[in-house]
Amino acid sequence: MSNFESLATRAVEATPPALSKAVRGLSDKTIAWVFIAPTIILLLAINIFPLIWTIYLSFTNYAANRPNRPITNVGLKWYRDILGSPEVWAAMQATAHFVFWTILFQTLIGFGLAYLIDRKFRGHAFWTTIILIPMMLSPAVVGNFWKFLYQPQIGLFNYAVSFFTGIDPSSFEMLGSVKLAPWAIVIVDTWMWTPYVMLICLAGLRSIPGYIYEAAEVDRASKWRQFWSITLPMALPFIMLAVLFRGIENFKMFDMVVLLTGGGPGSTTELASITLKRQAFEAYRTGYSSAFAIILFVAVFGLANIYVRTLNRVKQR
Amino acid sequence: MKNFVTGLITFRREPWETLAVVIIALGVLMLLQPISMTLYTYSFITTLIGTVMFIIVTKFPE
Repeated sequence: MSNFESLATRAVEATPPALSKAVRGLSDKTIAWVFIAPTIILLLAINIFPLIWTIYLSFTNYAANRPNRPITNVGLKWYRDILGSPEVWAAMQATAHFVFWTILFQTLIGFGLAYLIDRKFRGHAFWTTIILIPMMLSPAVVGNFWKFLYQPQIGLFNYAVSFFTGIDPSSFEMLGSVKLAPWAIVIVDTWMWTPYVMLICLAGLRSIPGYIYEAAEVDRASKWRQFWSITLPMALPFIMLAVLFRGIENFKMFDMVVLLTGGGPGSTTELASITLKRQAFEAYRTGYSSAFAIILFVAVFGLANIYVRTLNRVKQR
Repeated sequence: MKNFVTGLITFRREPWETLAVVIIALGVLMLLQPISMTLYTYSFITTLIGTVMFIIVTKFPE
């Protein structure tokens, strides 16, 4: 008797007779529905219902701190307000600065690290583990940790910059300066998420068959030529995947930046998600923040569609 | 280019998906750009059109 048959026999014996009789009368399709129904119900309750409710609220004057006030329909007012607001536009630009530079640095450094790790030098497994550590930390821990590192008096970051450049360590403040704060959050995110990009790029590099390089060697192609004609084009779908994934994640970035700067100084690091949180839970403009959430959702959902398309293409390779 | 136009006319999935992706990317760029307030204002509707279009065209034949 095979293992599978033995397992099936044990399952049949363990099923109570009443349940066994009830199930026997059901078709395969019904049984399949019975199995997936809890997941569908959970999905509807946790994802779909809040989404539909948020869309509804975005057309009303509802305020969460005044639940007894009559709810009136305001039409597209909140959408017009948000899409015509210079403050929200400024938050979008802060988000754009953050997303653009983090993706650029993470892709360049991540691909570079993956290229080095792929060489399989002595102790490469150990260094891979070391490099992956920042990615495993909680954003809350990273936020607090870097807040100390950025301290102008006791922080190591200022001393490191001073060591390499000769600038007085107490002469600049990464989190308190309007010019430096947007770069401070870029540095932290790059530090934390470059290993993730490296992992995806490494998967791309490892998927390139060795015989292509052997054929290139036979044709006397230089290492530079091999990189531009084989390595980069074949790893490109994976790089695209990493770029899209990080783009989506950073577009929604909230926790780490709140812990580091709280959106300040002024509103220089106030990303879209921080503006949204302030409108929803500090100003209690629930209708307005719902409309804002829908705008961000559509942008992220659109990017996610591109992500899925790229993922399918990578799978087809 | 000719294949792309033929694909659009005959409602093939690939070119329509590409078009939807371009519209979505354009909408997101309009949302995040620092140059024009008008582009920012119309970014949401552009992204929404691209996204709805993407959902529809993924049902087109290959």
